[in-house]
Amino acid sequence: MTTLLQFDPIRLPPECETLRTEVRAFLAEEVAAGTFDPHQPGHGDAYNRGFSRRVGAKGWIGMTWPKRYGGHERSQLERYVVTEEFRAANAPAHLHFVADRQSGPILLKYAPEHIKQDILPRICRGELCFAIGMSEPGSGSDLFAAKTKATKADGGWRINGSKIWTTSAQIADYMLALFRTAPPTKENRRHGLTQFLVEMKTPGITVNPIRQMTGKAGFNEVVFDDAFVPDDHALGEIDGAWKQATSELAYERSGPERFLETFYVLLELIRALGPEPDLRSAEGLGRLVAQLHTLRRMSVSVAGMLQAGKEPVVEGSIVKDLGTIWEQKLPNRVRDLAAFLEPEILNRATLEDQLAFATMVAPKLTIQGGTTEILRGIIARGLGLR
Amino acid sequence: MLAPEPGLAARKNTEQNHNVADEGSSIVTATAARIFADLADPQTVNQAKNGAWREPLWRALSEAGLPLAWVPENLGGAGAGIAAGFAILGVAGRFAPAAPLAETLAAGWLLARAGLEAPAGPMTLAPARPRDRIVIDADGRLSGRATGVPFAQEAEHIAVLADGGRQQTIALVAATDCRFGEARNLAGDAANIVTLERVKPLRSAPAPHGFDRAALLLMGAAIRSVETAGALEAILSLSVGYANERVAFERRIGKFQAVQQNLARLAGEVAAALAVAGSAADTIAQPDVSDEAVFLEAASAKIRTGEAATEGAAIAHQVFGAIGFTQEHVLHRFTLRMLSWRDDFGNESYWAAELGNRVAQRGADEFWPLVASR
Repeated sequence: MTTLLQFDPIRLPPECETLRTEVRAFLAEEVAAGTFDPHQPGHGDAYNRGFSRRVGAKGWIGMTWPKRYGGHERSQLERYVVTEEFRAANAPAHLHFVADRQSGPILLKYAPEHIKQDILPRICRGELCFAIGMSEPGSGSDLFAAKTKATKADGGWRINGSKIWTTSAQIADYMLALFRTAPPTKENRRHGLTQFLVEMKTPGITVNPIRQMTGKAGFNEVVFDDAFVPDDHALGEIDGAWKQATSELAYERSGPERFLETFYVLLELIRALGPEPDLRSAEGLGRLVAQLHTLRRMSVSVAGMLQAGKEPVVEGSIVKDLGTIWEQKLPNRVRDLAAFLEPEILNRATLEDQLAFATMVAPKLTIQGGTTEILRGIIARGLGLR
Repeated sequence: MLAPEPGLAARKNTEQNHNVADEGSSIVTATAARIFADLADPQTVNQAKNGAWREPLWRALSEAGLPLAWVPENLGGAGAGIAAGFAILGVAGRFAPAAPLAETLAAGWLLARAGLEAPAGPMTLAPARPRDRIVIDADGRLSGRATGVPFAQEAEHIAVLADGGRQQTIALVAATDCRFGEARNLAGDAANIVTLERVKPLRSAPAPHGFDRAALLLMGAAIRSVETAGALEAILSLSVGYANERVAFERRIGKFQAVQQNLARLAGEVAAALAVAGSAADTIAQPDVSDEAVFLEAASAKIRTGEAATEGAAIAHQVFGAIGFTQEHVLHRFTLRMLSWRDDFGNESYWAAELGNRVAQRGADEFWPLVASR
């Protein structure tokens, strides 16, 4: 019988636990200094330049990258610890997170040496924010329908068109974007897109914020009007961007951020239930704990496989599929379990505030970074159905 | 005395080996897989007119030392180590035979806790449900009632954990000294009510300090979790194979997005079960692991694999349609058995309430550290 899936019981090595202690101490200091309130994820600014710089100074951005680019040559599992501790504490890491998770690794692989020397150390210092330019007004999940054009010009490319739903574009220093450099071919509809590094302050780029249903300005429309991008900012193969996005996907999809996004409501529920919950609450809580533990063990397992040089694309997609659905349902499970709590419990206001925020955020969790439907298509392909 | 396979005997120190998922386990796994493939092929077993396949299977398993893998050599077993035993159970789950392999393994393990020698032949263990209790009196005689004891009427011996007030006792009892109430699980396997009335055990010894019913149930929970994950692997494999063969509306049904989505969900449930059960088994196999870690891991495994069994069985049957609902098809051998396993050694709700209470007692501030500790 063939084994279709693999989830080895990876344990974090001892150096991770030393690191975890340091991370917790650092976060406790930041909370004490008033940088952020771990109980109020919806409040405050998730982009905090001072905080990101202090994280960089600790050596916790670009942890796995080569030292010559400002990295620290530590393991994926050590990076995992920092990521999960930050998430569990609601630390305001938005500014550097995308650069750390996916933009930096792409630059490492495809950017010319002088660009790597210039940009990667600044990411590691927590100075740079990256946006990802994928979706367009006419193409979301269908990445390869992108129309925004890069036309060859003297010494570079002229960009015309627009990207949409671009998180962080309002403050980003750079964007990694896919632009059309050639039409698709009959044989390969994925052909013709090239990945570019775009400086956001380039003339001809306009960022229009789009207010989300939570009331916050989380994502944007980015319009390119003859914006110039130099030749050395084209990353990897011209027209061949589709070949470049395989192993990165596992990183993007399987991390702790894919099941801890609404974790705070679970913590607040435990606080509200107190040490002696009724049977219904205890049983409901226990199931959530078991499900969370399972997701984390899956996620750590994928991190271990990545560290070992494997490309667990299907396993990574499964973690995101299960993880995002879990974190999406979590606010409602917590709401159910909190339904019969006494009105005068101490943290009622906080719990209700958090539930309101998490409930509003929930719908996006199974959309951003690859929808449930796309993920299941990838899983089905991995199973041999496509 | 069983003659352990050379490969098994050579690995007798695996239990002390920190890195458990090693070659010892893979040798055992290959042996188990070969025996099951030869003698307990689900299709063959399902079509068998009688139980004639049982005896050769049990003989082959015994000759390979598998049923007593968890019993040290000096107590009559193969001394294969905890990890290797769980590896055997993972394979067993993938074949889901109606044979008391897991029960004999668990019984041997229980006896070994108290340094008791394991007899040859099929065994089971009691109690197997959280509310059941067997007590030992001052004369050393055992009384009580245990429900849903798996394969009890096919076992020659029963390993019993008896409550003596302050002290727990582990005892070996002859099946002929017990009374069995007829009961079967969903898959048709014996799951008897076992009654003991002042039964004199064949041998008994005090349980180690701190070993109690919870410890027994947690081990049982981990065992059923690993078997369930194995059964789910088989179900996924069967379902994907069928979806790639069966044609409807002029296409293989696996080409329909609705079916693909269902199979991707099934893969998610299988993945969750494999990860959490594998993690629990690995935890129990480590030396010097805390009770708290075993509790979180084994309870979570039983809860989550039970949920995966519920979801997974429904999806697989949906993929197969009417043919999967027939006696003739092998699917029910896996789905019904794993649905039954949900009720052994504490069901999802039992463990969820236990786990929820523990987490609540620790308090909110200690919750993330607990999750992150594993």
